[in-house]
Amino acid sequence: MIVAGNHPLRWTAWVAVALLLLAAPFLVEAVLGRAWVRIADVALLFIMLALGLNIVVGFAGLLDLGYIAFFAVGAYSYALLASPQFAVHWPFLVLLPLGAAAAALFGILLGGPTLRLRGDYLAIVTLGFGEIIRVFLNNLNRPVNITNGPQGITLIDPLQVGGFSLAQTHSVAGLTFSPVHNYYFVFLACAVLSIVISLRLENSRIGRAWVAIRDDELAASAMGINTRNIKLLAFAMGATFGGVAGGLFASFQGFVSPESFHLIDSIMVLCMVVLGGMGNVAGVVLGAVLLTALPEALRYIGPLQQRWIGEVLVDPSDLRMLLFGLALVLMMLFRPSGIWPARRRTAVPAAAGAVEKSRATR
Amino acid sequence: MEIFAQQIVNGLVLGSIYALVALGYTMVYGILGLINFAHGDITMIGALVSLTIIQLLAAAGVPVPLVLMLAVSGAIIVCTILGVSIERVAYRPLRRAPRLAPLITAIGVSILLQYSAALIWGKQYISMPEIMAPASVTLFGAQLTGLQVAIFTLACLIMAGLLWFIKASRMGRAMRATEQNPDVAGLMGVNTDTVIAFTFVLGSAIGAIAGLMIVLYYGLGHYFMGFMLGLKAFTAAVLGGIGNVAGAVLGGLLLGIIESLAAGYIGDLTGGVLGSNYRDIFAFLVLVLVLVLRPSGLLGQHSGDRA
Repeated sequence: MIVAGNHPLRWTAWVAVALLLLAAPFLVEAVLGRAWVRIADVALLFIMLALGLNIVVGFAGLLDLGYIAFFAVGAYSYALLASPQFAVHWPFLVLLPLGAAAAALFGILLGGPTLRLRGDYLAIVTLGFGEIIRVFLNNLNRPVNITNGPQGITLIDPLQVGGFSLAQTHSVAGLTFSPVHNYYFVFLACAVLSIVISLRLENSRIGRAWVAIRDDELAASAMGINTRNIKLLAFAMGATFGGVAGGLFASFQGFVSPESFHLIDSIMVLCMVVLGGMGNVAGVVLGAVLLTALPEALRYIGPLQQRWIGEVLVDPSDLRMLLFGLALVLMMLFRPSGIWPARRRTAVPAAAGAVEKSRATR
Repeated sequence: MEIFAQQIVNGLVLGSIYALVALGYTMVYGILGLINFAHGDITMIGALVSLTIIQLLAAAGVPVPLVLMLAVSGAIIVCTILGVSIERVAYRPLRRAPRLAPLITAIGVSILLQYSAALIWGKQYISMPEIMAPASVTLFGAQLTGLQVAIFTLACLIMAGLLWFIKASRMGRAMRATEQNPDVAGLMGVNTDTVIAFTFVLGSAIGAIAGLMIVLYYGLGHYFMGFMLGLKAFTAAVLGGIGNVAGAVLGGLLLGIIESLAAGYIGDLTGGVLGSNYRDIFAFLVLVLVLVLRPSGLLGQHSGDRA
């Protein structure tokens, strides 16, 4: 738990962590090369996404299997209004909140009809929604070209303030800030902000209501919680995180296409939350970092197979998915609360589970 | 009018396949209260196994009826073994766990099946060898191929047989008892573990047959084909009233017809603005509409489980 104590040692530790994070892109570049600075940027984006999904899955206990759709909504909102596609170039300070609002709106539209019902329906509806969004993004290039179809949108404006663009290399005090470095600091700020918001939410009245609903919805509503509205709020809040991250992603890449928003991307974010520890902010951050770095490391497996067996038997990206699937199953069977479990989460007694079960099947 | 009759025919054939897959969802949901996300992928495995058997045997010059018999048996064997093992390993230990846990394992199993299939069969579309002469008759202006008639008839026979089995047999009675209350059924001497395993056997076997029908009908197989199919079959089950076996049949046929008609007419209705590449969204629209208007489905008995 991140709580700034008064103890001087605590303070020193926090300052050290902050300095390390600020120096990280330069250290990473020196040791592993610039490609890994880019990976660090992506990891920060995934931290935001995973924290957003954590609100929905971890805090409120609602399984969202199409979370990447909100990321897509945010990314396309930014891309359409800051690119030559419509020859509009709005500033990002307008577009990021706009993308967040659009994603939240979609979240409410999707959650409205399903949140009154049992959680399973939400899972399947979000699963469908994730795919439908992609169908629309792929096909909305006829008869009026809106999304430019499978080709996607290119030449998206980078983040810029006045004449200062993050897509250019700057030199400050002897340090070279390439675009990936610039974005690192922006994403770091956003990720830290997301962490703070998540932690504040967790301990708030709303956060406690979410956890209460997750643990026993009936008891929660008996305690006077308006379960539907609170669940809707969780859904919209999670979508907002996705929308902001989407806008940042669009500006960072300079290019978006429907290919970036597949089911497997939703699953990947879900894995980060589940593996890291549903409901525990620190665990989710750890999950996001691990699962961003792991596939990159798995890339080396292709050449290794080539050398040892003589051919590439298992495509590294397939191997990644196999491992994810296996990890989800094993995690639920043997360590359901994740690598770094939330403190508040306690085991549901067998007797309570039995009551839940017989009520559910009747 | 001819287009209409043709789309109804296509819809019924497609719908009967959806209905077969929907049976697997609805039976498991009825007894365990779990959406078995992996069911669509079990069907996919059935489809690819039978496709491989057909490819091998047809090349060897084995007569067509024998090829089909062997293909369907092979698919059923593989799928039932898979279904039962998945239940035993991934779902049974979590029967008393919080709700979210089995849902997440189900999604994990589904991904495992998909990418295992990608590993075994590759990621490209696998096409089916031409083994049957395309014969067809014309009825009310609609073309009816022999294959369509065969699929529809067989599907109806299976569904009728299943309904009879659940209503009249000893195991069927045990299934209904377990569905109503597993604890009391256990006290009455029903071995609920066996009943649940048997439900998975039944669902997977029917899914395997549906898989064979799909590769025969479309002539294609793909490692990801179980995803959309599963989504649609689940929609069919919800439309009919999830947990209700007759409802799954009705929902499947209805969804097939809705989808065919919508895909056939959407271009004309919208003046060409939306084309048939939007056909996959109709199942989703139906799902959301049913959940808003009548969450218990057409044949469901109680209105929405709020627990």
